[in-house]
Amino acid sequence: MVGILEDKDRIFLNLYGLQDWGLEGAMKRGAWNGTKDILSAGRDWIITEGKASGLRGRGGAGFPTALKWSFMPKEVKDRPHYLLINADESEPGTCKDREIMRHDPHLLIEGALVASFAMQAHTAYIYIRGEYVYEREILEAAIKQAYEAKLIGKNNIHGWDFDLFVSHGAGAYICGEETAQIESLEGKKGQPRLKPPFPANAGLYGCPTTVNNVESIAVMPTILRRGAAWFAGIGRPNNTGTKVFSISGHVNKPCNVEEAMSIPFKQLVEDHCGGIRGGWGNLKAVIPGGSSVRMITAEMAETVLMDFDSLSALKSGLGTAAVIVMDKSTDLVAAIARLSYFYKHESCGQCTPCREGTGWMWRVMERMARGEAEIREIDLLLEVSQQVEGKTICALGDAAAWPIQGLIMHFRHEIEDKINKYRASKGLIQGAKIAAE
Amino acid sequence: MAKIIVDGQELDVPGEYTLLQACEAAGAQIPRFCYHERLSVAGNCRMCLVEVKGAPKEVASCSQAVKDQRPGPNGEPPEVFTNSPRVKKARQGVMEFLLINHPLDCPICDQGGECDLQDQAVVYGSAESRFCESKRAVEEKNMGPLIKTVMTRCIQCTRCVRFVTEVAGVPELGATGRGGDMEITTYLNKALSSELSGNVVDLCPVGALTSRPYAFNARPWELKKTESIDVMDALGSNIRIDTRGADVLRVEPRVNDDVNEEWLSDKGRHACDGLRRQRLDKPYARKEGKLVPVSWAEAIEIFAKQLSGKPEKVGFISGDLNEVEGLKASLDLAKSLGIKNLDCRQDGALLDDSAGRGGYLFNSTVNGIEEADVILIVGANPRYDAPVLNARIRKAYLAGKLQNIALIGEDFDLTYPHAHLGDDVKALEELAKGKGEFAKILSNAEKPMIIIGSSALTRADGDKVAKLAAEAGAKAKIVKDGWNGWNVLHTAASRVGAMDIGFLPKDGGLTTYQMLGSKLDTIVLLGADEVVVPEGTFVIYIGSHGDNGAHRADLVLPAPAYTEKNGTYVNLEGRVQLGRMAVAPKGDAKEEWAIMRAVSQVIGKPLPYDTLEELRAKLKSDVPALNVAEGEIAPAIDFDLRFVGNDGVADKYKFSNVIQDYFLTNPIARASQTLAKCSAERRGVGANKVAAE
Repeated sequence: MVGILEDKDRIFLNLYGLQDWGLEGAMKRGAWNGTKDILSAGRDWIITEGKASGLRGRGGAGFPTALKWSFMPKEVKDRPHYLLINADESEPGTCKDREIMRHDPHLLIEGALVASFAMQAHTAYIYIRGEYVYEREILEAAIKQAYEAKLIGKNNIHGWDFDLFVSHGAGAYICGEETAQIESLEGKKGQPRLKPPFPANAGLYGCPTTVNNVESIAVMPTILRRGAAWFAGIGRPNNTGTKVFSISGHVNKPCNVEEAMSIPFKQLVEDHCGGIRGGWGNLKAVIPGGSSVRMITAEMAETVLMDFDSLSALKSGLGTAAVIVMDKSTDLVAAIARLSYFYKHESCGQCTPCREGTGWMWRVMERMARGEAEIREIDLLLEVSQQVEGKTICALGDAAAWPIQGLIMHFRHEIEDKINKYRASKGLIQGAKIAAE
Repeated sequence: MAKIIVDGQELDVPGEYTLLQACEAAGAQIPRFCYHERLSVAGNCRMCLVEVKGAPKEVASCSQAVKDQRPGPNGEPPEVFTNSPRVKKARQGVMEFLLINHPLDCPICDQGGECDLQDQAVVYGSAESRFCESKRAVEEKNMGPLIKTVMTRCIQCTRCVRFVTEVAGVPELGATGRGGDMEITTYLNKALSSELSGNVVDLCPVGALTSRPYAFNARPWELKKTESIDVMDALGSNIRIDTRGADVLRVEPRVNDDVNEEWLSDKGRHACDGLRRQRLDKPYARKEGKLVPVSWAEAIEIFAKQLSGKPEKVGFISGDLNEVEGLKASLDLAKSLGIKNLDCRQDGALLDDSAGRGGYLFNSTVNGIEEADVILIVGANPRYDAPVLNARIRKAYLAGKLQNIALIGEDFDLTYPHAHLGDDVKALEELAKGKGEFAKILSNAEKPMIIIGSSALTRADGDKVAKLAAEAGAKAKIVKDGWNGWNVLHTAASRVGAMDIGFLPKDGGLTTYQMLGSKLDTIVLLGADEVVVPEGTFVIYIGSHGDNGAHRADLVLPAPAYTEKNGTYVNLEGRVQLGRMAVAPKGDAKEEWAIMRAVSQVIGKPLPYDTLEELRAKLKSDVPALNVAEGEIAPAIDFDLRFVGNDGVADKYKFSNVIQDYFLTNPIARASQTLAKCSAERRGVGANKVAAE
């Protein structure tokens, strides 16, 4: 058998787009099946079941999804509730939501209805990444189908008035941060807000709002249909269920694949990606959760399980489960320098450490990638990254710091080699040329 | 109240307090750049980081409330450390980031010596830089004649953006670009269309926004600072006059929460260069059609001779900037000679003291604006008449309670939404009859305010318009227990004080317009420059600037400007405030009261005071309303709206705002080159030149 997850346990049956994405095809695959029964079981049941399933948010932070829903006010008072679905998938390496929206949009729409019902929201927004034009078209077409079939909308067959809107972003990574996304959706400059108050308290237009990742929402109807116990039975405790992994980089067959949580990295790569390019011995490092987590070494990758807990034990993280595999041909310093450029480019500029720190770190990284640095600057860089980490309004500062910290933690010698090689090529007294430059 | 432990010291603070406020209450100093008491919280500079026990990250103390903190595991109050090594390290990190792209400009930066970044870098900065990349440079922005920009120094704290958006109400500043490319800009590269724009210079914690007129003039430690009162409008903003030698270099606001909070209008701030130009420095008399310098003795002789004619053929008109003492001396002199033609309303306003003091005061007080729930503005443009007061109305509107504001008169962008009920008296007549939707709103209001301004009062039928407004007020019961909603928005700093002492035509005396129309033998203009005296009248001008009055005058007597004398000013609320001498008078200028005293001596009816102190004592005994401590308002006495104004039919023509050019309303402002530039910029004249400069 290939992988751990059996076909019968897959949620995204059309992940590769081999079948019809439309309503008819989706219904054949089980979408919209018994949705009314789910709703009639009541919102408490949905939230209890959701908690029992152990589903942790798929957007990167891994916060239990149903627990987040339960933070919404119990009663709708003077302010309406909103659901905001975060489809601003911009994390480098991540492309799972894209496939869901392209090929299984009805699962997302059904999930939006269920989640909105559970939070007593009559309106939900999908904030979709600016570059996802094709995905938006599919999504809008699918929403139209759902409206026409009276699955959603006013007086729909499910008995819960529900409107779903797609809002197209303008291509800013920071708008994937939940409060920045809310700002952007309100028509303002996408900058994260101070928390507290949290969105469940004062979110979109100051109203209670929950922001969830596409995948978290899309898996929920199937969980509720098949029961929390089924979902919780996959993976390890606290790391349950199925997960769409996006494996890219130096594997023979990069792919998106839905797999059981806690699958060993080795099995994931061997079974689904045709192994590491040039064989297992050619592996150098892995960034296991999208660009924002610290990398792990080949030795760690040998045994690591792909889930939240085992990766954070290695001071890395599952993040969005976008696995970036790098073999021995990779110039790690240059790779991380490129990531640093990304964060420097995407920092919103609101708060000081991130605005100034990302630029500084990128510039030092660029020099290090060329070797035009001094050995002591490695410690300087580490210290600067620590000055950014945890001091900012949102997590972008952390995200910019961690890749660099991972590099220095595991591959400090590579930076040193580069610097030494550059020095040697100059053939001068150490430092003299550089100082004069 | 919530309990919190700050650096080991347990204290009770309101739960809404931010951690920063709680720490300050505990006596700890928290460095900050973006946080400002009177602006919304941005939390972006990260300088105010503190350590909260149990929190994984350092917390920006400005942005979290005490009540949001979690208690300890056994219910202990949350504990905050403001000086732990971790806090120090975090702040040093932030400071380093702020400095890496900040130019090492201090020697040529006007903010030097009063720069928050400089001060805090002393505590948290490193002796040497570890940053060896290229520094960021940012293009300068044109923000008009008042604000000089060196945007490379900007630390993106967004105080200026929040000020113009929230307080000034003109959202013309904002940030564009992301990350390190973020810039503060006016979007269109033009001057701010606010009358409060100068305040962003005070707010800027670094030297990114500095005062353009003051550029490279002085260092703060060279300046002598004198606390005084602004006379550019009737609000009586508290100011600090910064001088070096004989020159007033700049005027800055002082904090007074009852009056101007900590803001100052652009005119109040930047008229000071007008104090150096067009000054009258010696007495002049017109001989053979030309003004020639004369000695003080000769000038006083001429003055005395002119006053000794028939009393009914002599008149006194006071200007807008006078202190009470000079007017009191003039009044006493006039009275001793039987002169009744006295008027302090050179604009021709027809509101007198017949309804008592309450009839011409801003009775609700400036602080009271924040309690009001409905405001009706009649014939005023508070944005020009008193910009800081207008900001207070906007503040009340933003706070939420005040949501009904209506205007009768020439419509204008007041920076807050308001209903425009009409531009002539018709709307007012309906209100007086209790008709219409707004009449209902006004009568249902808990604390309604009517603000009547000079555009209504200076009409030929101003007294009748005032009557109508008072009737509308009476109908809506704006005067009730503990609340007086009748407010007059004066435009002249001297007006309330002059009316308090009775500088008004009484017992058959002539008003300003009557004096100007009835061929008097002599008119004494006490700094009154807005009147046109007809041919044939001998004009004595006493004032500081060579403006309209001096040009027309037959005898010119130089007097000090407001920065050059000690004087009492009564603001529109009736608040008694003291202006103080910051520099010596120019040339031979003498204070008005001293001139009057000298003339009275020559005439042979000497005034009963020889010093300013004696004059003030007389003033306080004659006028009980002024017999209060500095900064206080005399307790209100019974006041009846029925006695405001005069009965009659008001004409139907439209109101038009009296102040058309905000920047050029008085002789000092007209002498100011800075304000002339502002005026040109506002009118769109010479805008290209500024851009090309």
